[in-house]
Amino acid sequence: MIRVTADDFSIDEELRKIRAPSDGGIVSFLGTVRDEAEGERVDRIVIEVYPEMAVKQLNAIREEAMARYGVSEVLVIHRYGELRVGDNIVLVAASAPHREAAFDACRYVINELKKRVPIWKREHTPRGDKWVEGGRPDQG
Amino acid sequence: MRVKVRYFASIREWTGLKEEEVDLPDSATAGELRDEVQRIHGSLRLEEGSVLVAINGYFAEPGAKLGPGDEVALFPPVSGG
Repeated sequence: MIRVTADDFSIDEELRKIRAPSDGGIVSFLGTVRDEAEGERVDRIVIEVYPEMAVKQLNAIREEAMARYGVSEVLVIHRYGELRVGDNIVLVAASAPHREAAFDACRYVINELKKRVPIWKREHTPRGDKWVEGGRPDQG
Repeated sequence: MRVKVRYFASIREWTGLKEEEVDLPDSATAGELRDEVQRIHGSLRLEEGSVLVAINGYFAEPGAKLGPGDEVALFPPVSGG
């Protein structure tokens, strides 16, 4: 249920993996490449990952979310490599018997991912390239 | 002892290396490794907070002890998602 990959994914196909008769809903978050950052145009981004550690961290976060919110399953896929504006970056999905737990778990996982999973973005702008290091103030 | 050190993102670009082996005194700490990397790659400025250290895939405090054969990683604060 945890994957870091260069390849794109199909949301339908991924959500099918966590559908279950005992669940009443799935909450998903899809992160995509935005065309702007801190007032600058972004043409594309390159994502670098420390794959072995990223998988360990994501597994830990998944288990925390499942224990904390009692959701049935948590799925996380994060891409790396060169991505264009509008491309999929990350999919987080949580399934649960009732929606509140699924919303909470999904939010928890994406917030923790941004804090402690070893993945970095490099933004290509008309004025050159730059690494994004750490969270930005506009990120909740 | 010898540890394998991996570099990522801006730290990888500054060292010009994806990984290298570094010799350290026995029972050196994560912070001492960071200082040694700083010494080897003189132009770097690895200030606390601007570089994170992981040992065998888990975040480590500067005081964490290293063992022979450990895989250590140095990288900047993360920006995934």
